[in-house]
Amino acid sequence: MSENSVQVQKPALFDRIFHPEHIALANGHAVDRPRSRMPLILICLAIVIWVSLQVTEFDFSLIIKRGRELGVILGQIFQPKFSYFPKVISPLIDTIRMSLLGTILGCLIALPLAIFASSNINRNKPTLLIIRFILAIIRSVPTLIIANICALMFSLGTFAGFVAITMFTIGVVAKMLYESIETIDMKPFEALTSFGATSLQAFWSACMPQILPTYLSHCLYCFEMNVRAASILGYVGAGGLGILISERVGWRDYSGLGIVLLSLFVLVVTIDFFSDWLRSKLS
Amino acid sequence: MSEKKLSIEEMYEARPKSLLIRILVFVIILALVIWSKAGINFSGVAAKGSDIAWGTIYGITHPDSTLLFDMSHDGVLYLTLQTIAIAVLGTIIGGILSIPVSFLASTNIVPKWLAVIFRALILLVRTIPSLVWALVWIRVTGPGPFCGVVTQSICSIGMISKMYITAIEDLDTGILESLDASGCTTFQKIRCGILPQLMAGFISTVIYRFDINLKDSATLGLIGAGGIGASLVIAISGRRWNMVGSYLLALIVVVLIIEYFSTRIRAKLARGEK
Repeated sequence: MSENSVQVQKPALFDRIFHPEHIALANGHAVDRPRSRMPLILICLAIVIWVSLQVTEFDFSLIIKRGRELGVILGQIFQPKFSYFPKVISPLIDTIRMSLLGTILGCLIALPLAIFASSNINRNKPTLLIIRFILAIIRSVPTLIIANICALMFSLGTFAGFVAITMFTIGVVAKMLYESIETIDMKPFEALTSFGATSLQAFWSACMPQILPTYLSHCLYCFEMNVRAASILGYVGAGGLGILISERVGWRDYSGLGIVLLSLFVLVVTIDFFSDWLRSKLS
Repeated sequence: MSEKKLSIEEMYEARPKSLLIRILVFVIILALVIWSKAGINFSGVAAKGSDIAWGTIYGITHPDSTLLFDMSHDGVLYLTLQTIAIAVLGTIIGGILSIPVSFLASTNIVPKWLAVIFRALILLVRTIPSLVWALVWIRVTGPGPFCGVVTQSICSIGMISKMYITAIEDLDTGILESLDASGCTTFQKIRCGILPQLMAGFISTVIYRFDINLKDSATLGLIGAGGIGASLVIAISGRRWNMVGSYLLALIVVVLIIEYFSTRIRAKLARGEK
């Protein structure tokens, strides 16, 4: 085996700058061992970290000096004031309602969008790209910012939170769904269209059964995320637990905050457990 | 079914019928919708609601270009850099802190009771929203980007550890045994037996988390933890749509670019390329 026949493709830029190590083996063959990329990666990483340290005014001594403060606050949070619990119930239910309604509506809107955004079903490139672009923009704006704008638009309250959750759900579920739609088996669809079914009929009977379980499990996953997200939306005035969180922190009532967080914790764990159980039923 | 040949009609009759379940699921979802609808009070669009909707769209299409290319510390460029820097440091520190935590929470490394304790801790960290962590940390570090870094370092532990644990519990111990048999020292076993198995999974987790942290660090600015969020919210409440537009535009562009590269790098890592 001569050296020239091995090198079919042009070496990468890195290998042209740092030539590979030439090793002559005992049996007369020669092999090229590319130089490790590790030093280059490490240098880049070091530069990035150094710049970041400068920009963020990193000061570790601050933590050592004032770390006791954190202990005091955490100590109070872990002694929740149970007498405050009756006031937590109503915002807690608001949070569940916001995320539930937002998830259901968002998932319903996401389904057609995802179908039109999957390249194996929608052959029309421009509409595909436009829908994907809109979805990407929706996903890239943080939920809290959307909630903030909604709170100005629809006046403060749960409705703004509901709209923000719906937007977030559309972005996330549609993306996960079109990625799974692109992996489905299209042969049943082609078989049905060859029988003379319209593409809508064929899609309904051949593709829907394949999509449905993944779709439902994406929806459940998104519901889990939404409950967590909805709990802080109140911070910008969009209803739910967030109002209490900002109020308790403002009053430095950390044991009150403790009970808010405890009820959120119990809620999230319950929902995680329940949706895990449902998902295991689905698959 | 395969023993007896069925005609198409008979097969069609024998198709799974789940009408009852479907109706039941539909009724449950309908009931949930009605129940939650009762709590969502739609009080109508606020007096200038449509102005705000148009303002946002107008702002994104007509961003404030002087602000966009302003090199000072209040300019979009510097704030975006700060947002990225917070996410970078938070993710890296979180990723490093997660390593011992996740080893201590893996059932194939430590006894079960210890693993359960650490898993409960991880769950606790994951459930508390990052905004609340930031509100607590800000009392320690004071407002500024440093608070964002510390918050993200702690918050990232939750999700990163969860994914690390899956990687650690999938470790193939047969490799360690064969390295043992060939007389490797403990260090060599870790270097050649454990690291190559874990590295790809760990790096791809960290990159994925970086994506999330980037959006998160824009949010944390809301409470004064540095980054682009604070100026964005001030601009929104002041209804300076051109400024809102330029901040949002920068945020969207950065998030999309980083999402694109992170997806590509993770796909490469999953295929096992270097």
